Amino acid sequence: MTAKPDKTAPLFWLLFAGGGTASAMLLPAMVFVTGVAVPAGWVAEDDLMALIGNPLTRLVVVSLVFLFLFHWAHRFRYALVDLGFGGLGKQAWLFYGTALAGTGLAGLAALRL
Amino acid sequence: MPEQTVLEVYRYLPDEETEPRFQSYEITYRDSWVVLDALDHIKTEIDPTLSFRWSCRMGVCGSCGMTVNGEPKLTCETFIRDYNTETIKIEPLAHFPVIRDLVINMQDFMEKLPTVSPWLITDEDKPLEAGEYLQTPAQMARYKRFSMCINCMLCYSACPVYGLNSLFTGPAALALAERYNLDSRDEGTQERSDVVTAHDGIWRCTYVGECTKVCPKDVDPAGAIQMLKLSYALDWAKSLVLPGRGR
Ligand code: FES
Repeated sequence: MTAKPDKTAPLFWLLFAGGGTASAMLLPAMVFVTGVAVPAGWVAEDDLMALIGNPLTRLVVVSLVFLFLFHWAHRFRYALVDLGFGGLGKQAWLFYGTALAGTGLAGLAALRL
Repeated sequence: MPEQTVLEVYRYLPDEETEPRFQSYEITYRDSWVVLDALDHIKTEIDPTLSFRWSCRMGVCGSCGMTVNGEPKLTCETFIRDYNTETIKIEPLAHFPVIRDLVINMQDFMEKLPTVSPWLITDEDKPLEAGEYLQTPAQMARYKRFSMCINCMLCYSACPVYGLNSLFTGPAALALAERYNLDSRDEGTQERSDVVTAHDGIWRCTYVGECTKVCPKDVDPAGAIQMLKLSYALDWAKSLVLPGRGR
């Protein structure tokens, strides 16, 4: 049996693993701050806007959105394979494309803030 | 007190029959019987044509794996008393071709196993006079869990990825690759990388985790594969930053 390393898989897996870790560690905190703490008045909206006003913060947030969405895309792509819906190639770009489109939307939103 | 139970046993002679069938055997079993005892009883007392594999009867040799009520099990350590069902269904391990009745063809696994070089690889052989390759208990603890594999193939039978794509190197072989990669005496990580990181190697695993659930020796193949993914992916990333350094 001749085998050669899969050259793209490590990149996809690192993004997937990074997205999983980021989703588990940071997403709940982000949802809590924006969805609970600000509406409840525990964090002043102005403070949050000042933070997000910094271009670096926006870049970090959009990058995180990319990781979250990439994690979703990769997980779903493989879940469909596990469920018997065909090969790995067929639906790949539908998922990764959606993740990229979502990141694009997040980027646009960040620019308009 | 003896009790009656029915074993519904998968029967198949691929050379003579077009379809497998189930045959029911009503037996009186003892509380201390495992499924393998019941099958032995059937073979010696009721139907000598029934075929199945076994050897050690003590969960060591890995040859008595079968599907018991839908779950891959070592039948020599699976007690009948633990099943409250009226009948117990015994089938061969899933995902392998059947040779006869409960005996599966393990050729695919036997071919895959040596591809990951599951043995100690050293750059240079030490002369005998130089003595043993010493190892501390802490160094051994790193890989010990993954060294407990008895090649029973329950993990392959449980793995849906292998079920869909038999080219997948599979849980036991990959766990053994990690077992040797983690061994302080081994220098074969690079040599194993082509097979381990191939298209049908670690990257096919979708972390369903069934392999770890059914493993009778608590090997945790799913964990081993995740560790392999992390270490080879980080090496890949390093090789981008420092060309020539990665695998
Ligand atoms: S007979 Fe050896 S493991 Fe069951």
